[in-house]
Amino acid sequence: MARFLLHRFYISILVAITVSVIAFSLLRLSGDLAAELAGEDATEDEIALIAHQYGLDRPLYVQYFDWAKNAVSGDLGRSLFTNEPVAEMIFERLGVTIKLAFYSITLGLILAIPLGVLASIKPNTWIDRMSLGLAVFGQAIPNFFFALLLILLFGVQLRWLPISGNDTFAHFIMPTMTLGIGVMPQFMRLTRTGMLDVLDSDFIRTARAKGLNPMRVLFKHALRNAILPIVSLMAVVLGFLLGGTVIIESIFALNGVGFLAFESIMRQDFPVVQSIVFILSLSYILLTLFSDLINAQLDPRIRLG
Amino acid sequence: MLNLTTENSENNQADEFEIAVPSPPELMKRRAKSHLGFILGGSVVLFALIVAIFAPLLAPFDPYDQDLTRRLVQPIWHPTGTWKHPFGTDALGRDYLSRIMFGSQVSLMIGFFAAIISAVVGSTIGMMGGYFGGRTDNFIMYLINVKLALPGLLVALSLVSVFGGSIVALIIILSFLFWDRYAVVTRSITQQIRVNDYITAAQALGASRTRIILGEVLPNVMNQIIVIASLEMAVAIIIEAALSFLGLGIQPPTPSWGLLVSEGRSFMFFKPYLIVLPGVAIFFLVISINMMGDGIRDITAPEGRN
Amino acid sequence: MSQEIVLEVKDLSVDINVPAGTLHAVSNLSLHVKKGETLCIVGESGCGKSIASLAIMNLLPRRASLTAKTLALEGRDLLSLSEAEFSNLRGDRIGMIFQDPMTSLNPVFRIGNQLEEVYMEHGKGNRKEARERAEYLLEKVGIVAPKERLSQYPHQLSGGLRQRMMIAMTLMCDPALIIADEPTTALDVTMQAQTLNLLRSLQKEFNTGLILITHDLGVVARMADRVMVMYAGYAVEIGTAVEVFDNPNHPYTRGLIDCIPVPGRRKPGSKLGSIRGIVPALVGDIKGCTFRNRCDFSITQCADEIVALKELGKGRAFRCILTPEERKTTLQNPGITQ
Repeated sequence: MARFLLHRFYISILVAITVSVIAFSLLRLSGDLAAELAGEDATEDEIALIAHQYGLDRPLYVQYFDWAKNAVSGDLGRSLFTNEPVAEMIFERLGVTIKLAFYSITLGLILAIPLGVLASIKPNTWIDRMSLGLAVFGQAIPNFFFALLLILLFGVQLRWLPISGNDTFAHFIMPTMTLGIGVMPQFMRLTRTGMLDVLDSDFIRTARAKGLNPMRVLFKHALRNAILPIVSLMAVVLGFLLGGTVIIESIFALNGVGFLAFESIMRQDFPVVQSIVFILSLSYILLTLFSDLINAQLDPRIRLG
Repeated sequence: MLNLTTENSENNQADEFEIAVPSPPELMKRRAKSHLGFILGGSVVLFALIVAIFAPLLAPFDPYDQDLTRRLVQPIWHPTGTWKHPFGTDALGRDYLSRIMFGSQVSLMIGFFAAIISAVVGSTIGMMGGYFGGRTDNFIMYLINVKLALPGLLVALSLVSVFGGSIVALIIILSFLFWDRYAVVTRSITQQIRVNDYITAAQALGASRTRIILGEVLPNVMNQIIVIASLEMAVAIIIEAALSFLGLGIQPPTPSWGLLVSEGRSFMFFKPYLIVLPGVAIFFLVISINMMGDGIRDITAPEGRN
Repeated sequence: MSQEIVLEVKDLSVDINVPAGTLHAVSNLSLHVKKGETLCIVGESGCGKSIASLAIMNLLPRRASLTAKTLALEGRDLLSLSEAEFSNLRGDRIGMIFQDPMTSLNPVFRIGNQLEEVYMEHGKGNRKEARERAEYLLEKVGIVAPKERLSQYPHQLSGGLRQRMMIAMTLMCDPALIIADEPTTALDVTMQAQTLNLLRSLQKEFNTGLILITHDLGVVARMADRVMVMYAGYAVEIGTAVEVFDNPNHPYTRGLIDCIPVPGRRKPGSKLGSIRGIVPALVGDIKGCTFRNRCDFSITQCADEIVALKELGKGRAFRCILTPEERKTTLQNPGITQ
C-alpha cells in the first residue's frame, strides 16, 4: 500500500512538472510577448526595453524557473489585459465553477446509477432500452445546442428560469441540466457493464446460494464491487467538468473559471490562460490521486495487497 | 484419476448430434443484418456521406450566395414558407438547406481525419508500450498521464486561437486530443497477447519486431481500434462544432454546423429554425455514428454480450 | 445413521435456450439422498451434473427452464415455493460449495462478515451469536486462530483455506443437505485429500446429506456411499459405491473404471484405457441412446428410442438395452451389431 502510494505520488509530481512546462510553452506559442505588450506602433528600442523590464530577454529556462518559483509561492503573474494578479482573478471565479461541476456530477450520478443498476438486472427489457436510449441521447447532443434549447423552452417560452448570470441557485439549473445529461452516459454505461460483470461472478452465485435477500445481494455484494471503477471515473469527470465548462459558462454568462479562460483566450491574455491550464491540470492530478486513495480504502486487495 | 481422451474413430456417428456452427465472417454478416442500430446508423452515415460528396450537385443554391432581399425567409413548415427555400434562408439571405448540406463536408472531414490520425498515433504508441514493456512502457504511461491531466478543450481552444481555425489546423489539434484512448486500449490488449504462444512462435522464427507488431498484434487490436475510432469521430464532430460555435473554429463564411448555430443564436428567439436545423443535423450524425460504432462492437465481439 | 430421506428428486429435466435451439442439459433425472449419506454424481464435463445441482438450488441461469415431477427437501415440496420462500431455504436447510474458492468469496468483505451474514439473514441470532458460531465452525474445519482469520479478507488466504471457509459458511445454519460441486478440483493435490477428509468427517458429525459432484473416480471411491453416473444429461447407472465399482452394468461406467490407472494391475508401457469419441451436442430432439456412438456394443435398436432405466432393486439401476451378459454375446457375434 505504502509503496503503491509512493509510486503514484512520484508519477504525479513528474506529470505536474511536465504539465507546468507545457502550460508555460502555451504562453510562448502566442508569438513575441514583448512586441504584444509594447503595442502596435512601438519601436524596436521600446520593445527591447519592455523585454528587459519583463525579463523576457533572459534564456527560456531561466524564465521558466522564475515563473515556476513564483507559481509555487502563489504568484501567477499579472493579466496582460487588466493587470490584475492572475491568482486572484482565478480564485474569485473558482467557486462558481466548482459549484457547477459539483451540481452536474451529482445530477449525472443520480440519473446514471439507478438506471445502470436497473438496466443490468433486467437486461434487454424496456427499462434497459430506455436508459441506453437516454445515454445515447446525452452522448450525441452537443451541449451548446442542448443549452440553447433549454433557454428557448424554460427561459423564453415558459419564463421559469433566468438565462444568464450566477446569482441564485435558479441560475445554475439549466447549466447543471446541460452538463449533467452530458456526463450521465459514461456513468450509466460503466454501472451497467460493471454490474453485469459482477452479477455474473462466482461470489454473487455464492451470495444467492446463501439465501440472501435479492436486495442485499444487489446492493451489498454487487454494487460495492461495481462502484470501484465509478469512483475512478468520478475523478476524471470532475476534472473534465472543471475545465470543460468553458462553453456552458459562456452561454449562460456564469462568471466562472471557464468563462474567464474563454475571455482570456479571445483577448490573447496568455498569462491567465497558462495559469488556468496549469491549475486545472493540478486539480485533475490531485483528484485522481484522491480517487486512488478512496479505491484503496474500498478495495482491500489494493489496501492490503 | 479419470483419463478421458477424445480420439475420433472412423465409424463415428456423431454427425447426427452435431449442430451447424457458422464461420466467423458468416456469423458477423448474420449479426450485421439483424442489428437494427447498425443498419439504421450506417444508413444515416452513408446518407450524410453522399450529401457531403455530392453537395455541389445536390444543393439547390450556392451556399455563399447572399441575397439581402430574401433575408430570414421562413422554412417550408411555416405558413409563409416556400419550396424555393425548404429550410428558409439565414440573416444574409443565403439558402439554409444548401449551407447545411455543405456543412456536412466540414463535420465529416474533420471527424474522419481526426479519428484516423489519432488512431494511427495512439495505437502505435499503445502497441509499442504493451509489446516492449519496461522503460518504453513507463515512458508511454507517463505520456498518457500527462495527456489526461491537461484540460483538453482549453488547450485546444488556445492552440486554435494561436494557429487559426483552418480545417487542417483543426484536424491536427483535435488529433492531439484523442490519441490517449487508443493508446490505453491497444496497450492493454497487446500486453495480454504478447505472452501468447503464437507471438512466441513468431519470435522463435526470427520475425522482426515491426513484423510481429504489424502481422500478429495489429489484427488482434483492429476491432477495438475501429470501435474507438467511430466513437472518437463522433466526439471530434461535436468538439469541432463547439469550437466553431465559440468562434474559435471554422471561420465564416465557410458553413460549419457549429458556426451556423452560433450565427443563428442572435435570431433564435424569433427564428428558432436557425439553431434547431443545424443542431439537429449534428445530433443525428453523431447519434448515427455512435449507433454504427456500437453495432461494430456487437458484431465483431467474439461472444455477443449486449 | 438415520435413514430419513433429505432430498427427493423425480424426473428432473432442464432445458437451456441456446442460439442453435434447445439444449437438453438434464433429462428425467431421479435421485434421493438420506441423512448423513454421500451421493456422488460422476461424469465428464458437460454431462449435466452441475446444471442438475443448480436446478436443485433453484439457481439456474435465466435461459434455463426446469420441469420435475417431484422436488422435495425434508418432505417439503420445493416446486410450489415462491422465489422468496426458496431463498429462505438456501443457506439455511440446503447449502452449496462451489468449485473455485478463489472467486467464490466476495473480495471486498471480511471473511467474518460473509460467514455471519448467512446466520443473521436466516434469523438464527444476532451478530454476537453469529460470531461465536463462526469461530466454533472455523475450529471445526481445522483453522488455527479463527478470530484472526475472521477479520481477514479472502485474498489473504490460500485456496485451501478459502475452501474451508466455504465449508464453514455452508455449515453456519446446520443445513440438512450440502451440495458440493467439484469442491477440490481447483486445489493442490495435497489439499484435495485434506479437504475431502474434512468434508466427510463434518458431514458424519452433523449428520448432513451430501451430494458430491465430481469427474474424479478417485474421489468417488474415497467418499461415496452411493454413486450416480451421468452421461449426456442422463443418469446411466446408480448403485452403492461398492456395487458400481465391482460390477458396473453400463458400458460407460465400465469405460470410466478402465480409465483409472491401478498400480500393479497394469504392465508398465501398456496402454491405459480410454473411451473413444466425444460427448454429443445435446441440442434439438434426442433419439435413442446418447452413448451409442461411443459404445463398443451398440446395436441397431440403440438408435430407435430413449432407453429406459432398468431397475434391479435395492436402488440399483442402469440405462442400457442390453444386460452385461447380453453385451458379452454381442462382442462374440459382431454380426448383430450392424
